[in-house]
Amino acid sequence: MPPTTRVCYDEMLDEDGGVRPAYQAYREWFDQQDRGWMLRQGKEAETFFRRTGITFNVYGDDAGQERLIPFDMIPRIITSQEWQKLSRGIEQRVRALNAFLLDLYHQREIVRAGKLPERLLHQNAAFLPQMAGFTPPGGIYTHIVGVDLVRTGPDDFMVLEDNARTPSGVSYMLENRETMMSMFPELFSKVRVQPVSDYPRALARSLAACAPPATSGSDRPVVAVLTPGIYNSAYFEHAFLADQMGAELVEGSDLRVVNGRIAMRTTRGWRAIDVLYRRVDDEYLDPLSFNPDSMLGVAGIMDVYRSGGITIANAPGTGISDDKAIYSFMPEIVEFYTGEKPILQNVPTWRCAEADSLKYVLAHLPELVVKEVHGSGGYGMLIGPTASRGELATFEKKLRARPENYIAQPTLSLSTVPIFTKAGLAPRHVDLRPFVLVSPDGIEITPGGLTRVALKKGSLVVNSSQGGGTKDSWVLAE
Amino acid sequence: MLGRSASGVLWMFRYLERAENTARLLEAGFRMALTRTSTSASDEWKSVLITLGQEAEFSKRYKEFSCALVTNFILRDLDNPGSVLWMIENARTNARMVRTAITREVWEATNEAWMVLRDVLARPVRDSTLGDVLSQIRRQAMLVRGAMEGTMLRNEIFNFARIGTYLESADNTARILDVKYHVLLPSVAWVGSVLDHAQWEMLLRSVAGERAFRWLNAGTLNRRGIAEFLILDRRFPRSMAYSYAKIASNMNGLANEYGEEAGAHSLLSDAITRLRGVDIGTIFDFGLHEFLVEFIARTEQLSQAIAGDYRFVE
Repeated sequence: MPPTTRVCYDEMLDEDGGVRPAYQAYREWFDQQDRGWMLRQGKEAETFFRRTGITFNVYGDDAGQERLIPFDMIPRIITSQEWQKLSRGIEQRVRALNAFLLDLYHQREIVRAGKLPERLLHQNAAFLPQMAGFTPPGGIYTHIVGVDLVRTGPDDFMVLEDNARTPSGVSYMLENRETMMSMFPELFSKVRVQPVSDYPRALARSLAACAPPATSGSDRPVVAVLTPGIYNSAYFEHAFLADQMGAELVEGSDLRVVNGRIAMRTTRGWRAIDVLYRRVDDEYLDPLSFNPDSMLGVAGIMDVYRSGGITIANAPGTGISDDKAIYSFMPEIVEFYTGEKPILQNVPTWRCAEADSLKYVLAHLPELVVKEVHGSGGYGMLIGPTASRGELATFEKKLRARPENYIAQPTLSLSTVPIFTKAGLAPRHVDLRPFVLVSPDGIEITPGGLTRVALKKGSLVVNSSQGGGTKDSWVLAE
Repeated sequence: MLGRSASGVLWMFRYLERAENTARLLEAGFRMALTRTSTSASDEWKSVLITLGQEAEFSKRYKEFSCALVTNFILRDLDNPGSVLWMIENARTNARMVRTAITREVWEATNEAWMVLRDVLARPVRDSTLGDVLSQIRRQAMLVRGAMEGTMLRNEIFNFARIGTYLESADNTARILDVKYHVLLPSVAWVGSVLDHAQWEMLLRSVAGERAFRWLNAGTLNRRGIAEFLILDRRFPRSMAYSYAKIASNMNGLANEYGEEAGAHSLLSDAITRLRGVDIGTIFDFGLHEFLVEFIARTEQLSQAIAGDYRFVE
């Protein structure tokens, strides 16, 4: 079945083909450029990405292969007014997320107030009983958050997903900007764009501000990035961030418990780590507490953590807030903890666990997007309008068998931004993942973020694991 | 720095050095074979394999020593852990692992070397393209070395990298000299023959030393002189003495940075005392083969001690 044609908001062109204000200066520059030259620049960018090794590893059929995430050279542009509103909304949401996690692992006021069903905690493996009653250093759970936003109209930005577990992609945000600046240096003197290059310093600062009790007094806490290793799909990013922060890049095999601290094996002996920015999932973090077969973590790190010997970022157990059933309660969560109406809206969501919703979802399956509550990365979901009859039937069975495992959302007409093709500019659907840093000193949001773009005409799937690409994302200077 | 990173940097540079040396030896063999009839050319290829320690492995799979079979086995066979492609892949894997310990320039040069050579070696190498392939290998190795020289801080990381390079070149020079002297010639009766001369020349070429040796020795070629040049001449950058001097200066760098010497330092100073205490006469009296075997064993011991002292593994 071909994708249905929808009317969607194009961020560059209005209904009459006029250029919207955000893109005016860029478009003026673009129209003066030679297309052949632009095409060659694009090829050069690809060579640059290969040479610098900005690749991601693929699992499955082509295991071990390193691939490029396609980069499109037409920037995605947001005005500073639009950004101000977005960043206020993001800050509010992230503040609420942290308060929510603190509450979940302590008093559970929100459950007692009847705003959130307790079963959502028990049916989710991301909720860690080991964290109950423990407060992470500085009270921070989500040091790094990626909030996935979609746009459906001039003023309609909605949150599609919160990534509080281990959001990735920030290295692409930084390298995309580097690439644009080296390809088109004069462009940046014509259009004033807010810089993103401070992110690694801000990350280092933010992590250092969360040093654990064991290091109080030390003025330069030791920060390390924990990676599963060179075969992990995001290894490039792990190495990139460690390098940019001047932090050690460690693997589980470099670490062990020494005198109640987590220490790394250096050429001179064991050296204690204060803050561990881990890019290893909770279940692999500590074979003593979680998956006993894990080779990626450190035996005993949870004990050290609970006794104040190390800060783990993000805190174990934050994954619960990525749950899509919890997501559907975010409007209530924001209001409960901030006392304010949410600035950013959720995408309308049906919880299939509720009988009325399930009934509606089953009756309207071909129009809806159905997602697993614990799923991520675009896997295990159904996009009704493009699904085959067989796929719809399979999902119907799944929904009836385990309704509580699913939520459903309307198929959104995501906004489009043009990409550069041989035939000229062509609109494609996009989303936006801004990156947010949280520390006891406050919340910092890098202007822009990572724009992911579905390269196939009409496609709504922007995930890089499924053929999506990226764009440089600009927030114009005021 | 992490013990694992120190190991990664050291091995990255060992593999790069070994890949380059392997390519050079193959190039020397190729030149020799060009000037031979087909039967003696196959002897030439066989001796290249023997020198690299790859003859047994090769013979398990192939019956004849032809240029095509030998060059492809040595250059691009990923089932052969002594092949250039395998070593370049390993150098690059190590570089990826220690990405935060090396500069962007060193990483990019290594990654580019891998990309270029992977493409160049994707298809079988023919006689007509061999020269070009070999010069690309040498060129890529030099680009990495240049990036290293020009951009790396002179700290512990640099020291471990250099120790890797020179452990490899010391070992490599000792091995090929030993093979030439001890294994290659059919019998003592061949000493001084055309074949004997050709083999010595191949050996000099394989360490990029033929020009330097000719220049220093006014064109004469004798085995004693060549052995002295390869073992003791501290002006020649692939001689055993030079390599050890470089290992020593980098080990001193570590001792200075760490404020203490390790067990490996005393092994090293024993080995250096031994090298300084001999001249070519005493070496030949002792037995060149015996001397080289002992040297290779000492170098391996040193390499193990460094791995232990600096906590390469737990």
